[in-house]
Amino acid sequence: MADLTLDSVTKIYRPRGREPVRAVSGLDMAIADGEIVALLGSSGCGKTSTLRMVAGFETVSEGSISLGGRRLNALRPAQRNVAMAFEGYSLYPPLTVRDNVAFALLRERAPRAEVASKVAEVAELLEIEGSLDRYPATISSGHQQRASLARALIRPAALHLLDEPMSQLEPQVRAVLRARIKEWLKDRGMTAVLVTHDQTDAIALADRIAVMEASRLMQFGTPAELRERPANLFVAGFVGEPPMNLVEAEVVAGDGRPRVVAADGLLTLELPALNGPLAPRPGQRVWLGLSPRHLAVGRGPQRARVVANQWLGDQTHLALELGDGAAALPLIAVAAGMLEAEPGESVAFEVEPRGLHLFDHEDDTALYHGSPDGTTGEPA
Amino acid sequence: MQRSSWPWRIFKALCLTAISLFFLFPILWVLLMSFQTNADILRVPPSPFFTPTLANYKALIAGELTGAGSTLQIAYMKNILNSFVLSACSVLLSLLLGVPAAYAFARYRFRLGENIAFTLLSFRFAPPLLVLLPLLLYFQELGLYDTYIGLIWVYQLITLPLILWIVRGYFEDVSPDIEHAYRIDGHSWLRSFLKIAVPLARPGIAAAALLAFIFAWNNFVFALILGSSDVQPVTVGALAFITASGIQYGQIAAGLVLSVIPTFVLALVMQRYLVEGLSLGAVKG
Ligand SMILES: Nc1ncnc2c1ncn2[C@@H]1O[C@H](COP(=O)(O)OP(=O)(O)OP(=O)(O)O)[C@@H](O)[C@H]1O
Ligand SMILES: [Mg+2]
Repeated sequence: MADLTLDSVTKIYRPRGREPVRAVSGLDMAIADGEIVALLGSSGCGKTSTLRMVAGFETVSEGSISLGGRRLNALRPAQRNVAMAFEGYSLYPPLTVRDNVAFALLRERAPRAEVASKVAEVAELLEIEGSLDRYPATISSGHQQRASLARALIRPAALHLLDEPMSQLEPQVRAVLRARIKEWLKDRGMTAVLVTHDQTDAIALADRIAVMEASRLMQFGTPAELRERPANLFVAGFVGEPPMNLVEAEVVAGDGRPRVVAADGLLTLELPALNGPLAPRPGQRVWLGLSPRHLAVGRGPQRARVVANQWLGDQTHLALELGDGAAALPLIAVAAGMLEAEPGESVAFEVEPRGLHLFDHEDDTALYHGSPDGTTGEPA
Repeated sequence: MQRSSWPWRIFKALCLTAISLFFLFPILWVLLMSFQTNADILRVPPSPFFTPTLANYKALIAGELTGAGSTLQIAYMKNILNSFVLSACSVLLSLLLGVPAAYAFARYRFRLGENIAFTLLSFRFAPPLLVLLPLLLYFQELGLYDTYIGLIWVYQLITLPLILWIVRGYFEDVSPDIEHAYRIDGHSWLRSFLKIAVPLARPGIAAAALLAFIFAWNNFVFALILGSSDVQPVTVGALAFITASGIQYGQIAAGLVLSVIPTFVLALVMQRYLVEGLSLGAVKG
C-alpha cells in the first residue's frame, strides 16, 4: 500500500564465461498507491528480472527503485515490506499448505485465531480449502500455484508482486479468480504488480499495463490507451486479439486532403489535414495500422475478397484479401455478431476513421491515431 | 511393472542369493571366527561346529593378548576410542566448515570460486604420501605431531572435500526461490539458511557425513606417520596383531568385529535421514 517508482532501472546479468545479458534496460515507471499494474510481454523480455529487483533478490545494475518514498536499492528483501508469489510457486516442502500460507503472519506474532480466520478467508477466495492440510508436493500444480498466490495475498504488505499468478489455471477458474483477486486487492487498497503472458488477464485485472519487449518498456498505459493509441509498431502488433493489421504505405499529397497509399494503390485512405512536428509529410514512408475491430464489413467504398470466415461464438473473424496473387494485401476484420460471407465472395468494407494509425517507417514510433469522426487528425 | 514369469523370478532370486552370499560370507566367517579359539580355527579338516568362546573379546578389552606362551600389552580399546574421536571430530569440523562453504558455492558466483572448489576436490585424488613427508616435518616443528588436533586437521583433507561436494549438489537442487520466499516474509539471510536450506539439504548432509565418517575411520596412512600409539586409530592399532608371536586369528577377527561396530551403528542411525532424503527427493517435483 504505497507507490512504487522505477527510475531508469537496468539489469545486466554477467554470467561467468558468457556474454553479459541485458535483461532490463532503462525502465521508467511510476505506479500509484493502490494501483494494479500488469507487466505484459513475451518470454525473456525481463518481466521476472524486474520483479526480482523490486523484491531484492537481484541487485539493480543501474537506476533506482523506491517504494512509498523510500529508496529500496540497498535494502535487504526482509526490510522492503513486499510480498511475492513466485513463478515456480516455491512453497516450503516440509510444511502443509495451511502452514505455508499462514507462515508470514505467524512470524509477525499475529494471534492464532486471527491467522486461522485469514487463512480460511484467502483459501475460500482461491478455492484451495481442500488442499490446506496437504503437503505441497502432493497437490496439483494448479493448487500449488494458488497456494503460493494465497501466501502472497494474505500479507498486508506495501506492495504485492505476482509473477504469472494464474498461468496454470484452467480458463473457467481463471475467469472467476481474476475477478475475485481484483476485488481482494482493491478492497484492501493494495498496490500490485503482476506479470502475465495473457492479455485477457492483464486487461481484466490491471488498471494499467506495461508492455515490455527485449528488455525495454514499450508502452505503459490503460488497456484502452494501448488499443486506441499504441505508442509504436510493436505495441500495435502485440496488443489485441487479433492484433492490428500492419501494412507498409506512403503518404501522398492529394487535392485538399493528404492520403495514405498502400500495396501499390490497392488501398487508398484519406487523412485529415495533418500538422505538428511528428505529422507525416507527403512522400514519407510509413507503417499503416488498421485495427480489425474498425474494419466495417458490409458497407463502404472498398472491396475485398473473403478468404476465411470464422465464427467464434460471439464475434466473427474474417480474413480478407485485396488484389490477387503474390501482391495481394491480406487484412483481418472482426465483426460483432454473425456475418454471412462465404470464402471467395467479394464484400464491401470501410476503414472507420478511428481504426487508422500511422507509424514511422524508420523508428517505429506512432505518428498519427485516427479520431472517431475522422475530421481532425490526432497526432500522436 | 509387468509381472515376470516364475522361471525368471527364480533365476533372479538365485542370482541375488549368490551375490549376497559372495559379499556376506566373509563377514559371517569373520564373525564366527571371533568366537573361536585359535585351535578351533586352525583345525584340519575345518568344522562348522565349535564351542563359542568370548576369550578373544575379553583379551582385547583387557588389552592383553596371550599368544603362544607370551603376553602382549595392546591398547586396542584405546585405538577404537581414538578412531571414534578422530573421525567424529573431523566430520563435525568438516560439517561446520563445509556446509556453509557448500552453500556459498551453490548459491553465489565469486571470483575463483570454481577454482577453490576444484582445488579442494583435488585433495581427494592426490596421493597422501605426496604431502605426508613435508607435513611430518611441519607437524614436529609446530608441536602438532602425535596430537588429536594435528590429526583432525589432516583428516580434513579426507572429509572436507567429500562433504563440500556432496552437500553442494543438494543445495543446488533446492530452488533458491524457496529461500527467497522465506526472506521476503521478513527473515534474515542467516535464518533462511538455517531454517530452510539446511533442513532441505539434510538428507544430503547426513549421507555426506556418514560417508566422510567411514572414510576417516578407514584412514591408515595419516595416523601411521603423524601419530604415535597414543592417538592412533584401530586401522593402525591392528598392526599389533601381526607383530605378536604367531597370528591370532580369533583375536584379529574379534578386533575386526569391534572396529566395525561404531560405523555400523552410525549407519543404522543415519538410515532414517537417508531414507527421508530419498522419499523427499521423490516427491520434490
Ligand atoms: N541469473 C541469470 N543469469 C543470466 N541471465 C539471466 C538470468 N536470469 C535471467 N536471465 C536472462 O535475462 C532475460 C530476462 O529474463 P526474465 O526471467 O526476466 O524474463 P521473463 O520476461 O520473466 O520471461 P518469462 O516470461 O519466460 O518468465 C532472459 O534473456 C534470461 O535468459
Ligand atoms: Mg518470468
